[in-house]
Order: sequence, then structure tokens, then C-alpha cells
Amino acid sequence: MTVSQLLQQMESGATTSEQLVKNCLNRIAAEDETIHAFLYIDSDGALDAARSVDAKRANGRPTGLLAGLPVAVKDNICTRGLPTTCASRMLEPFVPPYDAHIVQQLRAADAVVIGKTNLDEFAMGSSTENSAFGATRNPADTDRSPGGSSGGSAAAVAAGFAPLSIGSDTGGSIRQPAAFCGVVGMKPTYGRVSRYGLVAFASSLDQIGPLANDVDGAARLLQVLAGYDKRDSTSINREVPNFVEGLQVPIEGLRIGIASEHLVEGLSEPIRHRFESTLDELRAAGATVVDVSLPHTKYCVATYYLIAPSEASSNLARYDGVHYGRRTENFDDLIDLYAASRAEGLGPEVKRRIMLGTYALSEGYSDKFYQRALKVRRLIRDDYDTAFANVDVIASPVTPTTAFRIGELVEDPLAMYLNDIYTISANLAGLPAISIPAGTDEAGLPIGFQLTAPAFEEFRLLKAAAMVERQQEVRS
Amino acid sequence: MSGDYEIIIGLEVHVQLLTNSKLFCGCANKFNPDNPNVQTCPVCLGLPGSLPVMNRHAFDLSVRTALALNCRIAEFTRWDRKQYFYPDLPKAYQISQFDLPFSHSGWLDVRVDDETQTRVRLIRAHLEEDAGKNMHDETGSGAGSRVDLNRTGTPLLEIVSEPDIRSAVEARRYLEELKLLLTYIGVSDCNMQEGSLRCDANVNLHIPQDDGSKLATPIVEIKNMNSFSNVEIAIEYETRRLFAEWQETGARLGDIPKTTRGWDADRGVTFAQRGKEEAADYRYFPDPDLIPVTVTQDEIAGAKSELGELPTARADRFKSQFGLSAYDAKVIIERGPRFADYFDAVVEVCDEPKLAANWTTQEVLRELNDRGIQADEFHITPIVLGTMLQRVRDEKINNAGARKLFTAFLEAEAVAVADVDRLIDDMRLEVVSDTGQIEAVVQEVLAANPGPCADFRAGKQAAIGPLIGQCMKKLGAADPKLVRSTIVNLLTE
Repeated sequence: MTVSQLLQQMESGATTSEQLVKNCLNRIAAEDETIHAFLYIDSDGALDAARSVDAKRANGRPTGLLAGLPVAVKDNICTRGLPTTCASRMLEPFVPPYDAHIVQQLRAADAVVIGKTNLDEFAMGSSTENSAFGATRNPADTDRSPGGSSGGSAAAVAAGFAPLSIGSDTGGSIRQPAAFCGVVGMKPTYGRVSRYGLVAFASSLDQIGPLANDVDGAARLLQVLAGYDKRDSTSINREVPNFVEGLQVPIEGLRIGIASEHLVEGLSEPIRHRFESTLDELRAAGATVVDVSLPHTKYCVATYYLIAPSEASSNLARYDGVHYGRRTENFDDLIDLYAASRAEGLGPEVKRRIMLGTYALSEGYSDKFYQRALKVRRLIRDDYDTAFANVDVIASPVTPTTAFRIGELVEDPLAMYLNDIYTISANLAGLPAISIPAGTDEAGLPIGFQLTAPAFEEFRLLKAAAMVERQQEVRS
Repeated sequence: MSGDYEIIIGLEVHVQLLTNSKLFCGCANKFNPDNPNVQTCPVCLGLPGSLPVMNRHAFDLSVRTALALNCRIAEFTRWDRKQYFYPDLPKAYQISQFDLPFSHSGWLDVRVDDETQTRVRLIRAHLEEDAGKNMHDETGSGAGSRVDLNRTGTPLLEIVSEPDIRSAVEARRYLEELKLLLTYIGVSDCNMQEGSLRCDANVNLHIPQDDGSKLATPIVEIKNMNSFSNVEIAIEYETRRLFAEWQETGARLGDIPKTTRGWDADRGVTFAQRGKEEAADYRYFPDPDLIPVTVTQDEIAGAKSELGELPTARADRFKSQFGLSAYDAKVIIERGPRFADYFDAVVEVCDEPKLAANWTTQEVLRELNDRGIQADEFHITPIVLGTMLQRVRDEKINNAGARKLFTAFLEAEAVAVADVDRLIDDMRLEVVSDTGQIEAVVQEVLAANPGPCADFRAGKQAAIGPLIGQCMKKLGAADPKLVRSTIVNLLTE
């Protein structure tokens, strides 16, 4: 059932939030042992919140946009009184004394936070296998990865554990798992959603966004998440349009750009096929498809893997065993306290990226690596500015392949990094981008279709995504 | 080789700014060592997910300070992360400014003594957040250490001088001048004991060689000096030690890296310290959580015009224009701009700077101290005091009368200018200068006191005292010398 159907049912009295939450909890109890989408389930808190929303509704008091809807929150977003581990041993004992801005927004909208979802440790990864607490499995095929790093959030929606979930996207961490699990996932414009309370991975790339079963659900959730927050200096003080009303009105003469740089070797045949047939369907619906050029696309992965680890090496330095989180039990001196706590608390992928970033920022190397990466980032952004002069949105695949098997890429970090090849550029350019389900491969594994829009054109992006969604419905 | 060498000193001074809240969060900024970790929040604790937001007021104060130090203000500046691990640094990086400080290229004129003034150039002044305070055993075991994060995130201005200072005395004078300036413009209280001013000194020697060239010794950084006089003593000690070391090793600048030495005030010696600096790579990079800061030319011009007259210039004016002593000028200036404004306003009304200085630095200052108030909160306004002193200047009242009048002012809740003359009348404080009136009173008193008059005529000089007293009582206020001569004249006629 879609988000808008659930809201209608609660409004009409056909169901209650309490009943919805119970359904979710039952399903989680039955299936999450296999899927492992959740790291923490707040049954009592969720039921309490649901009952109070039900009471509000019953008394005819005004309710928020998401009144009574269960929402699963990625476990790198701070929730007051609920563990926020980032799927790391380091933060296993950490319970934040404050709510992230978006959690406050959710509560203000009468949403019900049902639990915290699994992720790659500190959001570093594309498979959720880097979780210190065990991998999440893809509900479409439990031998396969749900993608990552927001794998728990995508799997939760796909498995029906929650109609909505929150992810964070630094290089594709919402869109890639959304594509793998067959749900809608969106990364808003950098600055559209406050990062206050999102545990930083790479500050200049991180952005919180919605996952849902359909575009309408994602739009409703984004409506609640978006908006200026003075506690985040990088949040932009700009009016938030209504993302829901008129969402289903098609964009007349939609101009879709495709970049030849995106259709490169490594793109699997089923995905190329679905990408092209989706474009055909859109053409049939009145859109025009225009070639655009994004000449710096080939530098995206390299640029990303300098900027993100550099910022990560700095952002994660605070996990030193002194003030909070894990501290080693045995140490000789201060340096040893740091080294041993970090050695015990952080996983191999996190360590790999911290080392990469520390190296890239070192004296004498910073100009060659970090500073140069910032310059290339500027060029990537300029490519998009140029391309958007002629098109409304740019379409591309989300991933080169459908969901890979769990364990398949664990020993090959480079192949894992290449999974982000289509998603990274939106983060580098700060642009909004969305992954919409666009069919399956022969094995029935979901395939995603990605649209990217100019900065702050989320509504355009959502409307275009809704057009893709309708074509899918027509086809099936 | 003699001890005839040149001492080269550059100072790095950190001053905490007097803001209500910290630099990147809303926590209170105050010295509170007795209650550790109460002025903290997720931001200054560096909790996961928290983000800094710049306190614009702190930035504006820094701009004000930099302008007072004749610095150029950058129109575009940004924040950088300076990364190192230390328990008092909860984020494991300090938000600071690296290659684009908000100000640079200033100077401070320092008067070394009455004859000598030297200009110390400033490389830069930049803003950063303070760290917390470790209170730990020095054994390095890490056990039993405690960390107080009340101070974490306090706005800290780092002022870096060129190596333009040539003696330990100059170094102390530089700090005194800096303190005077910063306290006067109200940006810091510059208290070295409480750590709101901290100073590190970079010192080396230039030793003349036989061929006329100069040899530079390796640079030493001295830390942990906790008073201005300690800075002077420590540098004196260190220059002697550097010279002795050079005589022993012959090491030149570049032969060994800069070393860090702590100052042990109890033993009066510096000692080698393993600084966190050693082999440190801070991996500076622009903080992606903070947006760059821009300052417009209008804002700079506005801040400049708000600065007004700076303390040293004002003290000079008090001396040259008003003829005040260096001591009086210093007392007035050190009390701060509100007091100096009061003094200036009094002079404006009475046009008697020395008289005004006497009254303000003594009577007024004592009352302000007793009442714990500022000059502009004092109910005896400068125009009232100035008017009273005008009456003294015009000899309408004498000093004794002025003192009585001032006491009456102190007892009143409010005093208007009109009250000055009204009270002079009511209290009969006006000096009687009409000789006819004085003579009439004297005759009356002499007639009533034949005994003392006879004693005086008989040569008993002391007999005149009580007679003067009685006359003065009847007159209210008069020149006692005039009264005395009138009595003498009448009795010796």
C-alpha cells in the first residue's frame, strides 16, 4: 500500500497508526532475522507515538503531514535516547542526548520513528556488508546485497517493514540501494536538508533524503525533511515549494538529457536495455531526449575518492576513545589509548578510507591530491551547468549491474567503488537526483532509473520521476 | 667572544574575546574553573552529528581588534581545520584560520621608556576556537587525567608579531601596550593568570662575527609564561642560555629544528619540552561545515569609525593638550573609555584640565569604586561636576566649599546643573570678597572680644586664631588671608 493510501485509511478510520505500527512490527519480527534491516527497533516508543497520533486524530486536532506513518531512520542520524551506532563498534555504546534536525521535523509532522536501520559502517560502502553488526539482505533475493550504505533503509521499505525510511547519500548511498531493492530513493540538493544530527562522513557531500515505495511517498517525506536550519551553516535559506500538489501533472515537453559518458563499458546489458526502453517510454509520453556532454565524468570516481576520504579522515578523528564511544581496556599511554581504541572500534573499510584521506591531506600532498580534486569538482559542476542550459533533467542508469551477491565484492574494494560510478557526480555537483524503479532483469532483480535536476529543482525532479513511474505502471 | 649580541624576539599572543557565547555554539563564554563541564553542548563537546555555526559578534570583535592593531582586513576569509589528537580537543581538530586569515599586516607602537618608541609589525591576527583544559598527571600513563571542556570553543584571537622585538623589556612593554589597547576597546580582559591572555615567545640571537656578518642561532619557543614579568625574566634567562649554548655547540639557525622550552617560574629556568609541534603535520584543510565569511568595505569603515580615539593617542592628548602629568593621564586611560569620556566632558565644561583631573581621579574614582559602577552611571554627571569646578575656577567658591558641595551632591539622588548655584546659596558657600562687608563683620567680632584683642596687641600672635574663626563663621565663606589682614589692620591702627 502506498503512503497516500495509508494516510487516507487512517483519515477515514479504516485503520489506525497503532495498527499500522503493529503490522510493521509483526512483519519485522517475522522477517528481519533474515533481512537484518534494523539495528534497533523502538517498539514501545513507536507504539506510544502511534497511540498519541491516533488520539490526536480522534479528537479532531490538527495533525502533521505524516501523521501516524512509521518511518525507519538510518542509524547514522541522531535520535535522542535511542542508540545511534553508525553500525560501528566505536559508537556501539553511544546514545545521543539530542535529536537530529530531521528527527525533530519528523516528530513535528507526527511521523512515528519505528527504529534505526543498518548501514555500512559510518556510511562507507555500497553493500551494507561493512556493518559491524552483520550485513543486510536484499528482500528481492536474500542471497544478494541490498546495496549501501543505506541498505537497511532501502530493505526496510522493500520488505514492508516501514512505508517510509530515511537514508543519507554521500556518493549514491540512497539511490544505489533504492535501485537494488526496487524502491524510490532521492538525494536532495546539497543544503536543502539540514545535516544537523547526521553523523558526518564527508561533510561537503553528505545529504539526507527520503526512501519510499513510490514517488508520492518520497515527495511527502521530503516535504517534511526540507527547509532551512540555522544550526547547519551549509543549509540554504530558501523557500520550500509544495512537492505533493501537482506532482502527477506531467511536465509538458520534458527535455531529458543523456550523456554518452554514462553509457560506458562495464554497464551490464539488462541495465542498458531497461535504460533505453524507459527512455522510449518517456518519448512515447511526449518527452524529448537530447544528447548532452559531461566531459569530466571519467574523473568523478577519482575525485570522489580523494574528497570523501579526506573529509572522513578529519570527521572521524573525534572517535578517539577519550570522550564517548568505545575505549580500549588496555593501554600503556595516551597514544596507545588512541591507537588501540581506534584499532578495536573501527572496521577495515573505515580504516582504509581514513588512511587514504590522511595521506591525501598530508603536508606536501594536499596540493597534489585534495586541492586538485576540489578543482576537478568545480569542473564537474560546470559540466552540469552547461548541460542544464538545454535540458530539464539528465537521465542515467543508477548502477552498472543489478544487486550483487553478498560476499561477491568484499575482497575487491575497487570494483565496489565503481558501483558508485553513476551516482557520485550528483554529490560532487551538489545536485538533486532520484532513483526510480524501472523494471527488473531476467532474474527478477530490480533495476533503477536515475534522474538528476539542477540545484533546488526537486519538484521538477519529482514530477519527472512520477512520469517514469506512470510509464512503469502502464507497462506492467 | 663577548656577550655583545642582538636579541631577536617574536611574540605569539592568544587573547580570549569577551563575548557572551562561544565562537561556534550558544554556550556561555566565561571563566568557570570550579564547575567543570557545565558550559557545554553537543557542538562544543564535538558529539557525532553536531555542527558549528559562527558567532558573528565574535567575528566583529576580532575585526575591531585587528583595526585597532592597524591590520588590513580581508574581504574574504574562511575556516580551516587544524588537526591533532589531544584530550582537550574533542573533535580532534581545532577550527582555526590557516592561509586566509581575516586580518594581516598591522603594527603596534610600543613605548619602551620616555625617550624610546619602537614599532612592532604584526604578521597577522586570526580567529580560532580555544581548546579545553587538561588536568592530568604528567607521567604519561593517561590514568587519572581529567578534562574540563568549559573553555572549549571560546573565541581566541591569535596575534603574531614579526621578530621586531629586541629585548626582554620590549617584550614586556609590547604585552602591556597590547593589554592596554585590548582592555580599553573592551574586547578582552587580558588576564594572564586566568589564561585570557597567553604568550609564547620565539627567541634567537644574532651574533656579530669578525668579518662583520651576523650569525643567527637556532630559534627557541618559550611557553608556559604566566605573567608579564615572567615573560621578561624568561626571555632574559633564555638569551643567556642561548648564548652559552652557542659558545658550547656553535649551532646555527637551520642546523637543528626549532625547539620548545617551558618556563619554570619557581626555579627561574627554561626546560626542554616535548612539544606537540614536533614533527607535527596539522593537515590543514578548509572546514566544509562552515561557509566563508565576507566583510564589506562599508563594514570595515563602520568598524573603524566606531573605534574612536585609541588609548595611547588619548593619553598623549591629555598630556600635550591638557598638560596632565603622565601619571594622571595613565590613571584616567587605564580606567577605560567611559571614564576618559567623563573626564573629557568635565574639562569641556570647566576648561580646567588639572582641576578636573584632580577631582575625577580622586573623588569621582573613589565613589565609582565604592559603588561598583561605571562613570556614565554616576549620578553626578560631568556637566554638574564641570559647573561646580567652573565656580571654583571663577573663585565663587573655594576648595573647602567645593568639597562641602560635592558631599551634598553625593547625598542627593539626582543633581541638576541648576542645583549647583542653588546649593551654593543655600549652604552659604559663596566666597565673600566685598571688603566693606568683611570689615563690618570684623569690627563686630573685635568689639565683642576685647580680651583677645588686647592679648594680640600685647604681642600674643596666637590670639588672632579664634577671632578669624568667628569671622569666618559669620561670613560663611571668605578668603581667610583677607580676613586675617583685615583684623591685623584694624587692631594695629
